[in-house]
Amino acid sequence: MKVTKRTFDAVIVGAGGAGLRAALQLSESGLKTAVITKVFPTRSHTVAAQGGVAASLGNSEEDHWHWHMYDTVKGSDWLGDQDAIEFMCRKANEVVIELEHYGMPFDRTDAGKIYQRPFGGHMSNFGEKPVRRSCAAADRTGHAMLHALYQRNVRANTQFFVEWMALDLIRDAEGEVLGVTALEMETGEMVAFQAKATIFATGGAGRIYYSSTNAFINTGDGLGMAARAGIPLEDMEFWQFHPTGVAGAGVLITEGVRGEGGILRNDKGERFMERYAPNAKDLASRDVVSRAMVTEINEGRGCGPNKDFVLLDITHLDPQVIMQRLPGIREISIQFAGTDPIKEPIPVVPTCHYQMGGIPTNYGGQVVAPRASSMNVAVPGFYAAGECACASVHGANRLGTNSLLDLLVFGKSAGETAVEDVKKSTRAHKDLPQEAIERSLERVSRLDTQKDGADVHEARLAMQRTMQNHCGVFRFADKLKEGVANILAVQQDVQRTGIKDKSKVFNTARVEALELDNLIEVAVATMISAEARKESRGAHVRDDAPDTAEKPNGRDDQNWLKHTLWFKEGNRLDYKSVKLTPLTVPTIELKKRAY
Amino acid sequence: MTTRTMQFKIYRYDPDRDDKPYMQDISVEVDSTDRKLLDALVKLKAKDDTIAFRRSCREGVCGSDAVNINGRNGLACLTDLKDLPEPVTLRPLPGLPVIRDLIVDMTQFFKQYHSIKPYLINNDPPPETERLQSPEERDELNGVYECILCACCSTSCPSFWWNPDKFVGPAGLLQAYRFIADTRDQATSERLDNLEDPYRLFRCHTIMNCVDVCPKGLNPTRAIGKIKDMMVKRAI
Repeated sequence: MKVTKRTFDAVIVGAGGAGLRAALQLSESGLKTAVITKVFPTRSHTVAAQGGVAASLGNSEEDHWHWHMYDTVKGSDWLGDQDAIEFMCRKANEVVIELEHYGMPFDRTDAGKIYQRPFGGHMSNFGEKPVRRSCAAADRTGHAMLHALYQRNVRANTQFFVEWMALDLIRDAEGEVLGVTALEMETGEMVAFQAKATIFATGGAGRIYYSSTNAFINTGDGLGMAARAGIPLEDMEFWQFHPTGVAGAGVLITEGVRGEGGILRNDKGERFMERYAPNAKDLASRDVVSRAMVTEINEGRGCGPNKDFVLLDITHLDPQVIMQRLPGIREISIQFAGTDPIKEPIPVVPTCHYQMGGIPTNYGGQVVAPRASSMNVAVPGFYAAGECACASVHGANRLGTNSLLDLLVFGKSAGETAVEDVKKSTRAHKDLPQEAIERSLERVSRLDTQKDGADVHEARLAMQRTMQNHCGVFRFADKLKEGVANILAVQQDVQRTGIKDKSKVFNTARVEALELDNLIEVAVATMISAEARKESRGAHVRDDAPDTAEKPNGRDDQNWLKHTLWFKEGNRLDYKSVKLTPLTVPTIELKKRAY
Repeated sequence: MTTRTMQFKIYRYDPDRDDKPYMQDISVEVDSTDRKLLDALVKLKAKDDTIAFRRSCREGVCGSDAVNINGRNGLACLTDLKDLPEPVTLRPLPGLPVIRDLIVDMTQFFKQYHSIKPYLINNDPPPETERLQSPEERDELNGVYECILCACCSTSCPSFWWNPDKFVGPAGLLQAYRFIADTRDQATSERLDNLEDPYRLFRCHTIMNCVDVCPKGLNPTRAIGKIKDMMVKRAI
């Protein structure tokens, strides 16, 4: 196959919220930019975000970025980097107001300002009581945001390569990133995109689990590409299980439902969160609520014939409020649970939702990796933002509405840093190393020639079941150990997948096989990182690290207050320290996390 | 768990392999947890990986999986399996060139969407805070901004079939109205000028197929009517 080369100042992979926000920075700066995306931009998974984006605007009651910062550090179970968290919380108002100026149709208060609702873990005055911080467009905030960002890019004349799948990162012997290879789905043609700046905004990989709120396209492509190019993945053991996925279907029901007054109930109709989080109750942090729900179910207080879900009840709310603030939820509930939430509660279970870890970056969006004696050296030419990146602002558990904020803040900062770096650079483009291009060609041609290959669908199911059974809401030492062996066995199959479809034209079987190459890297990284972390923290809770007086919640700061780095080569693990020093304010000191 | 066999007739065409399109008869086992047409399509693909279709969010917000189902446009992920008469006939959205199987070339559709300048135009220097908008003013955007660009409406519209290059189509016009209706936008008269033409707006003959098929329950015809009213008002 012939590989053509196309040359740009910058290339962005992914056109969800982070990619589109970065693209604006680059397009408006006049740099020649290509945005490569597997799907038309408004089909990206940001579209499915519901409840809102956090910013301490204080439109309905007093709020402060410092309180938001405190909540985020606490939510992260102190694993988040406090410099990046301060940066994000301080930037929140600016990026949300910008978005409003772009045309985002936020709901409004009577004073005409952006409407804000309470959300899990967001409190006033350093953890005192819930505060209205989530800026919302009904329960379709992600849709409204993604379309507003796309529309602004139409205005900026951004150049998109739609339905192109990025295959591999092009990195030379010095470790510099020089672009990506990509496949045009419609023609099957492969192109090497040469660029001085490569920004990954490829989103998450929730499809490693069997039951997930994530779209089919969330296959961790950026993580797979980074891992194959020798970049480590950070904190991959931390996956958020959203408390309220529709039982059986996995479709997301926003926490905004509880923000508007929704209550979780067990089979006795009891508001059980009062026992687990006496202060925040149903608005405790997501990991806390998910564990409470699974505990209720495990102890026999689940609902339904198999007692395998709990109920999310909003029947006590004014139907007008539901129609006005939660219309999309009502639609989803009728469609996927067969119940109208105005009349009946919605059956829900914790469902894999968000990847806290990812490609390690600093708060400027530069990808960082260990080099010589330093753990955080910028990889020249490489940037990442959004769910695929780990800045790390979410640490061991993300607060609701901080993901949309993350993609705005770090999409913008990655864009800004890339613009600065490209403009500073006086050098011509470096030559592309042929080996990097060969590697992509080999991956594609293997699929054309593989004899007696493993079935893609079956191999993916095996991976998803392994992750679901061995690395879920609660984790067990023996299960994790077994999980490592099982997932490595699945990896063997993935290396020899075969497809029947050999067409060049829109070959979706080939796309799914290439996606599985990326998913499996994420799954292996997750299982190995989780098995190794011998403590409980945030979303990672193990049976052999229980709540004790010396180690509240099973957290072991003495040994485990550190970020995991997983390297593909040899499945090696390394660790780096958490940045406990913020930019300007004092450190938020370690303490027991309770809501 | 109860399973049953469902019969499908699927439009197949791969320009790399087929001289011309054909209908494939194929069946698949579905079980009681398969609620939606997309669940069946995913199972069909596991059986025959050469069947090509688009899909992503599987909850009706991304707009990827619009297809023609038993003669009517809809989203596979929002179509209940239990209500579908068999064999379930699946074709690509009508009126757009087929790339392969159920995948159409949407270039013309997006070109029309882009032609209405789908972005807020406000040339005042941005204030430090949000631009104010009352809840009532914001309510004008309800039923308009929720469009997911799935193209079910435009590809069920005879006027769009005849003139996809000249008639903006219901999806594009709904979005034209979305910006006209936004109190923060200052380009109403420019937007009306942009549509003042025998084709761009006035090819809508209120057939209302768009309203009938919209999977989000939106009403492009009403929005088009409002634009027409504004045209008339400014002419007199």
